[in-house]
Amino acid sequence: MDEALLPTLTPTVIGILVRRGADFATAEDAVQDALVEAVRGWPDDPPRDPKGWLVTVAWRKFLDAARADTSRRHRELRVEEEPVPGPGEAVDDTLQLYFLCAHPSLTPASAVALTLRAVGGLTTRQIAQAYLVPEATMAQRISRAKRTVSGVRFNQAGDVATVLRVLYLVFNEGYSGDVDLAAEAIRLTRQLAAMTMHEEVAGLLALMLLHHARRPARTGPAGRLVPLAEQDRGRWNTRLIAEGVDVLQAALARDRLGEFQAQAAIAALHADASTAEETDWVQIVEWYDELVRLTDSPVARLNRAVAVGEADGPQAGLTALAELDPALPRHAAVAAYLHERAGDPVTAARLYTEAARLAPNLPERVHLTQQAARLNAQLRGCPEDG
Amino acid sequence: MGKYLLLKHYRGAPAAVNDVPMDQWTPAEISAHMQYMQDFATRLEGTGEFVDSQALSPRGTFVRYDGEGRPPVTDGPFAETKDVIAGWMVIDVDTYERALELAGELSAAPGAGGKPIHEWLELRPFLGSSPTVTE
Repeated sequence: MDEALLPTLTPTVIGILVRRGADFATAEDAVQDALVEAVRGWPDDPPRDPKGWLVTVAWRKFLDAARADTSRRHRELRVEEEPVPGPGEAVDDTLQLYFLCAHPSLTPASAVALTLRAVGGLTTRQIAQAYLVPEATMAQRISRAKRTVSGVRFNQAGDVATVLRVLYLVFNEGYSGDVDLAAEAIRLTRQLAAMTMHEEVAGLLALMLLHHARRPARTGPAGRLVPLAEQDRGRWNTRLIAEGVDVLQAALARDRLGEFQAQAAIAALHADASTAEETDWVQIVEWYDELVRLTDSPVARLNRAVAVGEADGPQAGLTALAELDPALPRHAAVAAYLHERAGDPVTAARLYTEAARLAPNLPERVHLTQQAARLNAQLRGCPEDG
Repeated sequence: MGKYLLLKHYRGAPAAVNDVPMDQWTPAEISAHMQYMQDFATRLEGTGEFVDSQALSPRGTFVRYDGEGRPPVTDGPFAETKDVIAGWMVIDVDTYERALELAGELSAAPGAGGKPIHEWLELRPFLGSSPTVTE
């Protein structure tokens, strides 16, 4: 029995229970219980019809929960007579689940957790491990999230942009514990792209595929960060790149540009260059101009300054940088890089040390310290050895 | 049997023997140091003694309650603060002697010139819950 199938069935089964009249929160719990039972029992005793098994077991668990609830509240249970949905409705149900789990009333952390459980079919334990919090904490986060959306009608149209933000957050978390969140985000975005014709869904999927393709080359020994220019491009996954480029081209052809498509276009231009020197920085700057126009994001402006530095020389990059707020995250790192390229290793070394002090995570801090160390060694006249 | 915190300080601990700031090492020395730390943690996972390890940003702020209905007061960051914690490792070991031994090994992580840093680590036993059987 292919247990990888289990998570993919989760949203469909929740949808079926909700169509039979179950409320979302109880249905979601029931399916989670059924999943846990499946993980325990299927390896020894695999069912012939996995989906049918899950529906039956989850429905029984829902009825148990609902009866217990009803007897407490002395209320009638009138959900058993509901018709079973036709095959065409499963897609809509899953799409509705995406919207519900990314509902704007939820905090980002809650939306992420709920999406991974109800749409992704991960267990609470897996999600807790991935986000390095105790399982009880994650369980509470999920049940609070479900209470928050309990008043939302299941068939309400949602905003794709909120769903994309949640999937983007999941992707960026990378991987820790035994769950590869980046791969999970790609699976969920792929599934969403198959259900909608939205250009930005395709844009985000392309962006994820193109970045995921570079993952094997992005870290060295002991988790060391390898910057784009130094990556062994032979280790990039060409199959993922080809898929990402195809998805992006189809989206761009629809002529409704959005920020994820623009970001994916930048990633595609990097993927296109067989060496760092061949990178088409002029086009990349043009895409950053688009991105700045679309988002007005200071982070996009900061990245644009780097691209300008490559396209028009470090002085032009420093000029672009001078217009930005020095308090921006990674501002010091960008300034250090541009100063080194402009031939000022003393300033660059000082800025790299400063950037390391401000770094938001350990791999970046080590990387920036390495850069400072490399320049300091050069300035002392030592041979470069890193 | 007990848990111990191995506390690493940016500032506030006695000076290490090989006390050179990391940005004055060579890049290869930094890589060797990171590899040593990772190997150490991996080895303790293997022996069943590793619990947790985290690094902290040096930027901190002091915060305190300022009374009903008022936002908390913040102060800092203080350039002159004596003690700044850099990070920790939590281990779960059979004896105090084993905790000392491991802290010593961690302190031997290579630094400038590839030589051990001899960094001072603070070893602090956890106060656990009270035992079920007390007599």
